[in-house]
Amino acid sequence: MINLAERRAASGPVIQMAGVNKWYGEFHVLKNINLEVRSGERVVVCGPSGSGKSTMIRCINRLEEHQKGRIVVDGIELIADLKQIDAVRREIGMVFQHFNLFPHMTVLENLTLAPMWVRNTPRKEAEDAAMAYLERVKIPEQAHKFPGQLSGGQQQRVAIARSLCMKPKIMLFDEPTSALDPEMIKEVLDVMIELAQGGMTMICVTHEMGFARTVADSMVFMDGGEIVEKAPPTEFFKNPKSERTKLFLSQILH
Amino acid sequence: MAEPTPSLAPARPPTGPRVWNNPRARAIIYQVLVLGGVIGAAAYLIDNTLTNLAERSIRSGFSFIWHEAGFAISEALIDYQPNHSYVRAFIAGLLNTLKVGLLGIVLVTILGIIIGIARLSTNWLVARLASVYVETFRNVPLLLQLYLWYSLLTEMLPGGRDALSLFTAFYLNKSGLMYPVPVYDGIHPFMIVAFLIGCVGAYAWGRYATRRHEATGVPTPRFWPSVGFVLGLPLVVWLIGGAPTAIDVPQMERFRFVGGWHVSIEFIALLLGLVVYTGAFVAETVRAGILSVSRGQTEAALSLGLRRGLVLRLVLLPQALRVIMPPLTSQYLNLMKNSSLAVAIGYPDLVAVANTTLNQTGQAIEAIAVIMAVYLTISLAISGFMNWYNKRVALVER
Ligand SMILES: Nc1ncnc2c1ncn2[C@@H]1O[C@H](COP(=O)(O)OP(=O)(O)OP(=O)(O)O)[C@@H](O)[C@H]1O
Ligand SMILES: [Mg+2]
Repeated sequence: MINLAERRAASGPVIQMAGVNKWYGEFHVLKNINLEVRSGERVVVCGPSGSGKSTMIRCINRLEEHQKGRIVVDGIELIADLKQIDAVRREIGMVFQHFNLFPHMTVLENLTLAPMWVRNTPRKEAEDAAMAYLERVKIPEQAHKFPGQLSGGQQQRVAIARSLCMKPKIMLFDEPTSALDPEMIKEVLDVMIELAQGGMTMICVTHEMGFARTVADSMVFMDGGEIVEKAPPTEFFKNPKSERTKLFLSQILH
Repeated sequence: MAEPTPSLAPARPPTGPRVWNNPRARAIIYQVLVLGGVIGAAAYLIDNTLTNLAERSIRSGFSFIWHEAGFAISEALIDYQPNHSYVRAFIAGLLNTLKVGLLGIVLVTILGIIIGIARLSTNWLVARLASVYVETFRNVPLLLQLYLWYSLLTEMLPGGRDALSLFTAFYLNKSGLMYPVPVYDGIHPFMIVAFLIGCVGAYAWGRYATRRHEATGVPTPRFWPSVGFVLGLPLVVWLIGGAPTAIDVPQMERFRFVGGWHVSIEFIALLLGLVVYTGAFVAETVRAGILSVSRGQTEAALSLGLRRGLVLRLVLLPQALRVIMPPLTSQYLNLMKNSSLAVAIGYPDLVAVANTTLNQTGQAIEAIAVIMAVYLTISLAISGFMNWYNKRVALVER
């Protein structure tokens, strides 16, 4: 028998999606998705609205269930097993378009909730760690406020810090800046850039192409439920192979 | 020494704004006027009434409550006989009101939660049945439903000896439900004390569990230890007391049942009517509360690795409860107040007793004053408690 650590090391990519398909009733939302993400890789996913970007990354932490194909995260396959699913979710942080902070808890309580109940961290320790992450996202002074008292940009930074408190190996972002006013987008992107430079494995759905150029190791373009193209950003922006990518880029860059 | 005066334009003579143009003064003036009007109207009404009563030589005042009531009450929680005083009759009626009201509140909460959740079920049949229930009972007047339950029960149930029986211990017939109770034993009061101590113990355990979790990080179980305190302690006392098992089971004698305890068919019909009717509203309240918490909250909590039970307990319920509590309060108040419809089917609640009193003494104003005072007190107590609870859990918004 090989132990888990060896298996992980041997398995190479930290996320593997192979032949993943998903349907909503008749509607084929994910068509034969194949995607591998190495540890430390930063992937930016883009594509027109309704192309299945959210659905794809939500399959990675099982907020959505795929019906065909395999998804293996950090050596753990996502199957219908609650233990396995929880194990995967502990390794993955997720940031949502609408922040989804818990409005009945202070910022600090938002941050310490999961460490205390999932990782069994004593409160004091969890709070110290939480304060350190709040420093990193540059809002330690907001620790005792409630989410409703913060601006959108501050809320999103709290949401990022909340995920980081679980010390995830992978971070998923689903359009983290598209619900923000323009002047707040930068403060969130700055935090994400810093995170990327720290070596975090990231998959980020975004249309912030400046951000993509700065941090992405690879760009993924989706359309109609398929991955049309995956390429390093220089290649992706300079000479996209597919006509659909060209069209999309021409629309979004002008 | 005179300071050099800055050269300003000469001020207008200091008449200042007029008093009635000052918003604060204006508010005070209005309030005084309104208060004066109310007091004046009340004084006129009271004076008028007293004069009229005196002219027709109708007695007024509350001294009558010490007189002998002279009427029977079909069921009472305290010892009451027709030769007891009116005040005792009122208390018996009040206790009957509280009995049906408090039991109703407990049952309606349970029923409402179950139906409310059932309406959200992904199981088509369950969800449909729940909505049919809600739509039916919410839209039929309560008085009608009470008549329906009452006639249904009195028409359909067998009479006397032919009572429906369950485990040959519970009997249901036209006159009500007979059920077994333990024979009184000296240990029972101690068991009640043990139960109360158990409740305190469970509360203390909850606080200890939180502290231990915070200090060591180990989530400490709460549910089963609390159950242990609340139920286990009385059980231990019972065992120490020699575990008396004598039970007073209702039994059929020649013409009637003897032994056990009994609730009347009027009580059952009233309770059923109130719970089924109010339950439909509570179910809607619960459903709205659960729906008010966005799907994103669950997703965020799950993506942090929290198990489903914890998501419900730590994230969803606290938020849903905030939305549920205020309308739930008014449903509790409705149930309490609607219990006064008891008079329609002959359950001797406070209103029924007051009604009889009114007819016998002619002191309508006093009898109605008693009813109003009592319902006002009950309602204020319920809403006071709920407001206190609400304030404790209120959301802080920008
Ligand atoms: N629960 C659902 N039931 C049915 N169809 C759904 C459901 N969720 C999503 N879809 C459909 O699946 C398709 C992909 O949705 P998805 O949210 O993944 O798109 P997206 O690429 O993230 O789009 P956007 O840029 O607008 O966020 C859409 O056409 C959407 O209407
Ligand atoms: Mg999306």
